This record gives sequence, C-alpha cells and structure tokens, in this order.
Amino acid sequence: MVEFALPANSRVQPGKTYKAAGAKNVKVFKIYRYDPDSGANPRLDSYEIDLDHCGPMVLDALLKIKNEIDSTLTFRRSCREGICGSCAMNIDGTNTLACLKPIEEIKGDAKIYPLPHMPVVKDLIPDLTVPYAQLASIQPWMQTQSPPPPDGERLQSPEEREKLDGLWECILCFCCQTSCPSYWWNGEKYLGPSILLQAARWIHDTRDEFTGERLDALEDPFKLYRCHTIMNCTKTCPKGLNPAKAIGSIKEKLLERRS
Amino acid sequence: MTTRNRPLSPHLQIYRLPLLALMSITHRITGVGLVVGLVALAAWLGAAASGPAAFAVAQSLLGSPIGLLLLFGWSVALFFHLGHGVRHLLWDTGWGFELPQAYASAYVSLGVTAVLTVVAWAAALLV
Repeated sequence: MVEFALPANSRVQPGKTYKAAGAKNVKVFKIYRYDPDSGANPRLDSYEIDLDHCGPMVLDALLKIKNEIDSTLTFRRSCREGICGSCAMNIDGTNTLACLKPIEEIKGDAKIYPLPHMPVVKDLIPDLTVPYAQLASIQPWMQTQSPPPPDGERLQSPEEREKLDGLWECILCFCCQTSCPSYWWNGEKYLGPSILLQAARWIHDTRDEFTGERLDALEDPFKLYRCHTIMNCTKTCPKGLNPAKAIGSIKEKLLERRS
Repeated sequence: MTTRNRPLSPHLQIYRLPLLALMSITHRITGVGLVVGLVALAAWLGAAASGPAAFAVAQSLLGSPIGLLLLFGWSVALFFHLGHGVRHLLWDTGWGFELPQAYASAYVSLGVTAVLTVVAWAAALLV
C-alpha cells in the first residue's frame, strides 16, 4: 500500500549533539538512532567529526564515532572494501556502501539513515528478513535434470559465460532493493530489483535447465511487473550494476516465449 | 525482545529522487490528470451536441483564465505523457537501460514536451 507518511512510532525526533572540541576541520554527521530498549521514537543525533583525524570514507567516520565518541552507535560492517555489502545505508539521500562513499563527496552536513522503508532493528541496522525470504523464493542455485558429464563439470563457451557479466557481481547489499518506490509500496508482493537481478542471473545461465519454471514463477502481476522502470536501482547500485536492465531482460524472455 | 513495534525507516522523506525517478512519477501524475481532462473533453463534446446555448457556456468556461490554464496544463500533460510513453516503448524493445541512454531519452522527451506545447499553442492562438 502507498503510505507517504511515516507511522507515528517511526517519526524521527531531534537528538543529541556531540561537539568536537578544538577541531579545525569539522564536518557534522547527522545519524539516525533507534534504541529498541527505550521504546522511544527514533532520533537524529549530530556528531562533529575532526576530518584532520579521520579516514576518507563515511565508514571511517562511523568507526571513529563508535571508537572515540559514542560506542552505542550500531551498524553492520565487515570488509571495508565494497565486497561484503554489509554497510549499505542511506547516505546523503542515496543508498550506497559507507565503505565506498568518500566523505568529501558530501556537501554540507552528512545525513545517514538506515536503508529506506525497512523495519529498523537498531540504529542503522534494518531487518532484512523479507528480502532474504524473497531471495530463497527464486531458488538461487543451479537446477538441472540431465546428469553432469562423468569426466568433469558442466562447461560453458566464453560467449555463454559472458551473459552472466553484470549479474554475478551482485553482493546483495540491497541498496537497489530499498531505493525502489515500487518496493516501498508493494514490498511484500513485488520481488524488488536485487532479487529479480538474481533471478535473471539463473535465467540467463546456459547450464541451468529450469528456465521455463523460473519464468513461470515470475509471470505474475506483482512479483515482476511492479517494475515501472523508475531506475532508482541502477542509479544507486554501488557496484555499477544494472537491475533495471536485468528486469527488462526477464520481461523480454517472457515475451519471446509467447511468440 | 519485541519485533512487532519496530519503526519503519524513512523513505520518501529522505530519499533524493534522481531526475529519472521524477520523470516516472510525473508520468503517473500526468496520466491521472489526463483522465480528468478526458472528462472535460467529453463534457465539451456533449455541450456541442446539445445545442448552441450549452456550447456557448462550455466555450466561455474553457475560454476563461482558469479554463485556459487548465487547457495549458492538459496540453503539457498530454505531450509529456506521450514522450515518456515512447520511452517506455523503447525500454520494451530492450533499448535505453544504460544510464547515459536513460538520461538522454529523458532530456529529449522533456525537450519534445516543450516544443510540442509551444507549437500547439502557437497554432491554436495564431491560426
């Protein structure tokens, strides 16, 4: 359902301010905070960061806050180099990975929120149960009926392998998933850009023998066709992938099958 | 731990919508506007069919400043919806999903909207 306003328990209140005493090169980070134990509404805390003593990326600033200013700040992170997809969040109005986002690209105060339109577990951590269940629903593994060759693995030509380029690189950070207005309004029925890109990854895999079944499962007014080519997904993808194009390629496959 | 009362993270309130997204929502808004315009068109045709007195009333309503403003809005909406509709056709052929193509087609369709609107009104007012 389309609901433009946030529910009463989700409206963001003004929060605390943490000053950086004696710093010359100050940047203000305004960060969404939600403490599930307090029962209070989420709030926006302001942290002044001395950029002369901070790494270049937004993740560096978050770690500096956690290490030196406020250890209660909670966020997911792991690899700090854009391969694990843990630190996906909304930075400066766009979803991206904190570890790949240079602080200097942000004009004015840096506003940081969790991935949009998701239930918040704590601070910058969204509950990803639904997208993970949706991922499982498209059965993201190779399915075959024919037995594998006795002397080795199933082979692909270089051309066949190329069809997977732009699909296999997805790290499932869900930046695109939660940037999509269609997913905001119909997130329980529409699979969303990242899951559909995963679906395309198996549909276009020449070794997979269940393409028909996969297409059958997607031919539904909501699962696939809630995509209206808004293209927020492609615009926001921190890996430079193109979910909108992947979704288009599934629609094309469905059309080819009819003619 | 309660999981039912989890807050919903902000979405429209904080997302900086890119031009491509604004084009998309404008397509939907103009579509709704055009449905309303279709009612006005049907009423105008109905008035024309029911006699000179009713037609004169319809003409004076549409010729009033507010009527002209509405007509202008509907003309812009029609040409925008047409241009963006062509973009959807191109996407359906498989072209235009790369970001540079998507931006190019957005600018072209905005330009076409402006040109067609000016041409239509020039034709209406001068001819």
